[in-house]
Amino acid sequence: MPNTKRRRLVASAVAVTLGTTALAACGSSDDGDAQSGPVSLTYWTWTPGMDKVVDLWNKGPGKKDQITVTVKKQASGDTLVTKILTAHKAGKAPDLVQAEYQALPTLVSNDALADISGEVADAKGKFAEGVWQQTTLGTDAVYAVPQDIGPMMFYYREDLFKEYGLKVPTTWDEFADTARALKKKAPDKDLTTFSANDSGLFAGLAQQAGAKWWTTSGDKWKVGIDDAATQKVAKFWGDLVKEGAIDNQPMYTPAWNKALNTGKQIAWVSAVWAPGTLTTAAPDTKGKWAMAPLPQWSASENVTGSWGGSSTAVTTDSQHKEAAAKFAAWLNTDRDALNALAKESGIYPASTSAQLSGAFTTPPEYFSNQADFYTTAAEIAETTAPSAWGPNVNVAYTTFKDAFGAAAKNKSDFTAALKTMQDDTVADMKKQGFEVAE
Amino acid sequence: MSSLALRKAAPAAGTTPGTAQGPPLRRRIALVPTVALLLGALYCLLPVAWVVIASTKSGSELFSTFTFLPGTGFTENLSDLSAYRDGVYWQWMGNSALYAGLGALLSTAVSSVSGYALATYRFRGREAIFNVLLAGVLMPPVILAVPQYLLLAQANLTDSYLSVLLPQILSPYGVYLSRIYAAAAVPADVVEAARMDGANEWRIFTRIALPMMIPGLVTVFLFQFVAVWNNFLLPFIMLSDDEKFPITLGLYTLLEQGANTPALYTLLITGAFLAVLPLVALFLVVQRFWSLDLLSGAVKS
Repeated sequence: MPNTKRRRLVASAVAVTLGTTALAACGSSDDGDAQSGPVSLTYWTWTPGMDKVVDLWNKGPGKKDQITVTVKKQASGDTLVTKILTAHKAGKAPDLVQAEYQALPTLVSNDALADISGEVADAKGKFAEGVWQQTTLGTDAVYAVPQDIGPMMFYYREDLFKEYGLKVPTTWDEFADTARALKKKAPDKDLTTFSANDSGLFAGLAQQAGAKWWTTSGDKWKVGIDDAATQKVAKFWGDLVKEGAIDNQPMYTPAWNKALNTGKQIAWVSAVWAPGTLTTAAPDTKGKWAMAPLPQWSASENVTGSWGGSSTAVTTDSQHKEAAAKFAAWLNTDRDALNALAKESGIYPASTSAQLSGAFTTPPEYFSNQADFYTTAAEIAETTAPSAWGPNVNVAYTTFKDAFGAAAKNKSDFTAALKTMQDDTVADMKKQGFEVAE
Repeated sequence: MSSLALRKAAPAAGTTPGTAQGPPLRRRIALVPTVALLLGALYCLLPVAWVVIASTKSGSELFSTFTFLPGTGFTENLSDLSAYRDGVYWQWMGNSALYAGLGALLSTAVSSVSGYALATYRFRGREAIFNVLLAGVLMPPVILAVPQYLLLAQANLTDSYLSVLLPQILSPYGVYLSRIYAAAAVPADVVEAARMDGANEWRIFTRIALPMMIPGLVTVFLFQFVAVWNNFLLPFIMLSDDEKFPITLGLYTLLEQGANTPALYTLLITGAFLAVLPLVALFLVVQRFWSLDLLSGAVKS
């Protein structure tokens, strides 16, 4: 309560002192939206430290434009999407929401996100094409501004690779050979594990192979989860698990942490945010890891997938869409904002200009041995393959966890699990009333 | 079959049949329930022990040292937790205490009045009301959360303390329990006698029936307190301002920090451990009211 009162007080004080200049400034750039007087926006986000970044806005550009943003910190994940949709049903969704890229089609198909192409079109040039395309869903509309990305990379124990005489794999074939070579030299160790408890990893690997899980043609959706590219990925990992070349235990468990920390597993296919995870999972091996580009399907290729990442979107319930879009653009393209996001929240920015400045001029502490960590990361990020998300990614992800989890545990056929994933996803889309082309 | 025959034959072989074989037989029977109960206790207490021990471990010890080896970081975890976002954890704790304490108190008040009324008065539709309540008992509160959200949204009450308190006040199970308890603990003779002495109905309820119902109401309060304290979905849907979050929701935000950010495990575990303490304390304090059950009773038969 006191908070809102104070905010109103500040806002009206600002209105008196800056009123004339601010209005004059607005008049030229805005196309006459009903934007008179101070605007107050709410923003649902899970990014830690976002309140501090938003403070910069409220004290800087926001103060000038009389747009105050209030952060309401949320828990991330599918549950937040459900919460946004429930709030939207009551017409009470916040002005701004943070949304993972794969959640955008779900939100858009429920008419929860506003098209802000008019306000943020200028920002397009600041992002890699594959990243920006995720916020347009292949249309002329723009439903969000990219915030952070998770280009995938290959992490390995530099010291142990040397000890066992292993070469960093550049193709997936080499990757499989490396796994086998390690098994021969040290049977109790594994190169890595295939884990089914984070679907984003598999989705990213499929994306690298060129899979397009959801596409549209006309009014119809086409689901390509069981396409040739994904089959290739599924078979590759399934075979490795089956022959025992890699482990089949899930990641993010205490046992997994221990395996990384003690060097039982010596590599991890992950994304740019891995240093943070490794810091907590394997504290004793700090400085012993190195990062390399993801292995490729053929030596001539140079693509990577993405695992994680999110965007800032404006809801259709917002009364001040223009102001909200302005904030979303500032948050994800402004130099100071991006520096603060990197410092306070530890995110890897989607904006290409920010990937080499500020916090990203020195490597993460955990990787202090790899001076060019972020230069390499930026180069890898540029090669991110486009992704194609559909309106029921959550269903596909849940089936993935169940079907592939069981297949990994039983070391059974991964392509059968992929078929299940395809069938369940299509069945759910039909149930939801989408037209699906067979 | 044969072993049974053998066992039956055994007493006959002994010099003092019955007395010698009786006690061991009885002890053997008691072994199974004892083991089952011990296993049950272990099943319940092991995770608690895990939380207690894990909360003493620092971030680097958490996953690397032996699971049941106490760590060295408890005070550090505690101060980190208190420092997290300017002590928002204690705000969550306070919110939970408010939701659960006030909510359970109001709920018990409503339950006692309605339960008493349903037990003592005969009126048209009494059974119908009671049956609807019974149906309510069978309805999991989870499925009501979204409709309740949409209703409260129309009244502009979402994202407020009231939005979490209001739906929890009426507890069908509490009313049901109160009715059963009032029917058993408040004899019609006593109510009748009070009426003869000229007490009005409200006075009969507050001065005579209510004290008799206390042990039952303590149970209702406790159940409701635990239910609200552990409730997740209702506050999750109702609240968006994390300063109004109860502890369950707060801990969830520590866990789900986004795919790119590792969960704050040490804070989460320490927070979970502290969140259990009020419930444990409440049970220990309130336990004594249950023994009243045996002593109470106004009519000697």
